[in-house]
Amino acid sequence: MISAMDEILNRPVRPRNGAVVARLASVSKSFGEVRALHDVDLEVHAGEVVAVLGPNGAGKTTAVKLLLGLAGANAGTVSVFGGDPRNPRSRLRVGAMLQVGRVPETLRVRELIDLFASYYVKPLAVQETLAAAGLKGIEKRKFGVLSGGQKQRVLFALAICGDPDLLFLDEPTVGLDVEARRILWDEIRHLVARGKTVLLTTHYLQEADALADRMVVINRGAIIAEGTPTEIKARTAGRQIRCVTSLPIATVCSLPGVLEVRSDRGAIVISTALAEPVLRELFRSDPELSEIEVTSGGLEEAFLALTRDNSQETRVKS
Amino acid sequence: MSAAATTLPRTAVERSAGHTVTIYAKEAKYEFLKLLRLPIYSLSTIMFPVMFYVLFGLLLNRGREANGVSVAAYLMATYGTFGVMGASLFGFGAGVAGERGLGWLQVKRASPMPPFAYFVAKTLVCMIFSLIIVVILLTLGVAFGGVHLAAAQAAKLVATLVLGASAFCAMGLAIGYFAGPTSAPAIVNLIYLPLSLASGLWIPLDMLPTFMQRIAPFLPSYHLSRLALGVVGVGGGSAFEHWEALAGFALICLGIARIGFQRDEGKMYG
Repeated sequence: MISAMDEILNRPVRPRNGAVVARLASVSKSFGEVRALHDVDLEVHAGEVVAVLGPNGAGKTTAVKLLLGLAGANAGTVSVFGGDPRNPRSRLRVGAMLQVGRVPETLRVRELIDLFASYYVKPLAVQETLAAAGLKGIEKRKFGVLSGGQKQRVLFALAICGDPDLLFLDEPTVGLDVEARRILWDEIRHLVARGKTVLLTTHYLQEADALADRMVVINRGAIIAEGTPTEIKARTAGRQIRCVTSLPIATVCSLPGVLEVRSDRGAIVISTALAEPVLRELFRSDPELSEIEVTSGGLEEAFLALTRDNSQETRVKS
Repeated sequence: MSAAATTLPRTAVERSAGHTVTIYAKEAKYEFLKLLRLPIYSLSTIMFPVMFYVLFGLLLNRGREANGVSVAAYLMATYGTFGVMGASLFGFGAGVAGERGLGWLQVKRASPMPPFAYFVAKTLVCMIFSLIIVVILLTLGVAFGGVHLAAAQAAKLVATLVLGASAFCAMGLAIGYFAGPTSAPAIVNLIYLPLSLASGLWIPLDMLPTFMQRIAPFLPSYHLSRLALGVVGVGGGSAFEHWEALAGFALICLGIARIGFQRDEGKMYG
């Protein structure tokens, strides 16, 4: 039996040769008075997952639209597969999931996939797309009767149905529940395992951390940090110690290595580069010290630190 | 780095001509299914002209004449014009405005869909709905209105109206590029209904006030109705000037649509 499964398993794995498949070079883009992107450089290499991370209105969607040829840059150059993103040849190798207000509601899931798959030269079989997007069993439903999460999965299916080499996913998991989000993450990992390249935008740090080889943090139209999730976390490395102590805050503040102290529901939270020396000092000064918790600064903290205005930083001690 | 990009495996380089034709056909098929399953479109665009024709052409004016032909024949031509206008204006105007305004057109444009497939499919589908409407009116008129048309005449009536509908596709496109997604159906109605009345599609033109008779020759719907009336034996003269007027009108609409398209692009590309 030469099944579809064999075909999937035997699909040639594309080499991860790191070639640049999409690039923004010194790109600026304004919409009227609003500056959406300012002098942005971004490269996407073959076989990697890049997460563009940032708060709402940071310019993530604009970056995706430029790379899809749906908008033109005011300055700088945009290239996909070495050419204009509007080139029909590069479009044949690209899949896109955009945030859409409304999809024709009277068409069935299967019909929408059939239509979009027909645009491509070597599309996936419809059944394969349905399975990959978690739409089996609802392929005969009309788009209009689907739940929000199901609609989102149909849009994902339209992006992958042509088996494109490069995928742009703009906020792919917005409105999905935990389970559906996991399914989509697994599918993105599966695509990358098959040599596909993915650029996704998200404002969920957890998502970027779970999927991305590389994160690009963007805020107010500019890239403010770039690196692996580990590197980004390291940018604001440090530990937080939460404990209950009778020591006055001022005393804790004066301990060597303490960066910041704040009180939190009867306890205090100490920020420091290294937890151990501070803990040793605390035990020496306060034998009653209790309820100790030590946490590493998560991606969340790193992200907040990166996107926070300098003026808003509250450091008790520098 | 950029040199390495060219060494990427090249799958999916180009589509064959046959493949492109398949895409156009699929695009048209799903556009048709989309509208057919939308009762507000399929029912209202088909039922209104048919209902009016049955009422005014077959029931209320039985045995009467207008401009030398039976009212049943006269109104078959004018309600046929009314019908194809509605199918085209709503199919295109409301369709494009909604899909453009709510992001669906953008998803299609980001895909490798041949850009013209979208518009060609819409035009074909508006023509198919026009065909359905005209054939229903024709059947009713012949069966119940005592209308006598030779086969060639009937075919000419159908062809005239279906082809003439394309001018209103162009008008719908222009509306679609300027109207918002929610206001488009209302705007179409505001143009469609007065245009129908003033062109004598509901009531024969010579029964309308003189000033309306003077305005009518400036309206595209007047010219299409004259062409259709010519087929059923009302009025003489050359059809050429009416086709010329329709073609000119269609070109103006396409020009306006282009301005709207460029305005949209300007927002993104400016």
